Amino acid sequence: MSFINYSSREINCKLVYYGPGLCGKTTNLQYIYNKTRPDAKGKMISLATETERTLFFDFLPLSLGEIRGFRTRFHLYTVPGQVFYDASRKLILKGVDGVCFVADSQMERMEANIESLENLRVNLQEQGYDLDKLPYVIQYNKRDLPNVVPVEELSEVLNPTKVPEFEAVATTGKGVFDTLKALAKQVLTELRKGG
Amino acid sequence: MLSPNAVMYEEEVRKIQEVADKLAVDSRARTILVVDKNGQLIAAAGNAHELDTTSLSSLVAGNVAATGGIAKLIEEEEFTGQFHEGKGISVHLSIVARRIILVVLFDKNTTHGLVRLRVRKAVEELEKIFAEMAQRPQQPQVNVFAEITDADIDNLFND
Repeated sequence: MSFINYSSREINCKLVYYGPGLCGKTTNLQYIYNKTRPDAKGKMISLATETERTLFFDFLPLSLGEIRGFRTRFHLYTVPGQVFYDASRKLILKGVDGVCFVADSQMERMEANIESLENLRVNLQEQGYDLDKLPYVIQYNKRDLPNVVPVEELSEVLNPTKVPEFEAVATTGKGVFDTLKALAKQVLTELRKGG
Repeated sequence: MLSPNAVMYEEEVRKIQEVADKLAVDSRARTILVVDKNGQLIAAAGNAHELDTTSLSSLVAGNVAATGGIAKLIEEEEFTGQFHEGKGISVHLSIVARRIILVVLFDKNTTHGLVRLRVRKAVEELEKIFAEMAQRPQQPQVNVFAEITDADIDNLFND
């Protein structure tokens, strides 16, 4: 649910990065944070455990400039990926405008990807959303690792509806902005339709 | 829900701002924030300019969402208020009309009792405003975003 303020002429949209534990959701946000001009970003907040695992969420506000006289701001959130934080994940999906599913390309994480994607679909349904009707992109992360599943295979299993998909190495930034741009575009296009 | 998107018009924001400004003065609090449950800031009064209100709004909403989750688990409808006591600054949170969070940051310049008293009045006024908003007809108004072009969207990413 984007928030349009005619008084301050601002549009705020909420994007959520979802995916299994250690797939690189926080790393995506960190890269975006590091590469964004200081005047276009707010503080990045990470509610994490002492071992730097996301406990509740990461939050990064981005200001992308003006569109038809309205300042366009995106609020980027990640969810905690670990299975037992499901209650927290549900909360973060409230009011979401677009979802990026970050898949871990490693062979041994395939099962976790499938489980997390299924969990995303169920949790969205609980909030009254349908993943197939939301702005949605998929990122295949960690493409630099040796034991990765071929993209065609990942796509077949994780992307049956053929939403925009991107290969990425979030640690070096490869594919990170392409993913974000594609999602932001879909969200703005949705706004054009009148939400 | 007002509509699929939350839309606020100048007149509504002005009324909410008036309530926030009055509360800041009457309660002698440092800062007042009016935040929606998704973490969007609607109005701010007092010393808000000294603070990172975007982050605060997001964290307050996260906090309220987590507390709401606890309420659900113990089959309580909602916790309508929260209080965080600090050495210097304390925070009083109240839920208005089930979808707005009224945040009051205050220090030794006032008391929790006075804050609670003034908040009660402000909540009543805000509830009235949000009830009116919920009643307002679905906007037949022109969707200003209908004319967004692909080029407009692309331009956002060119820097």
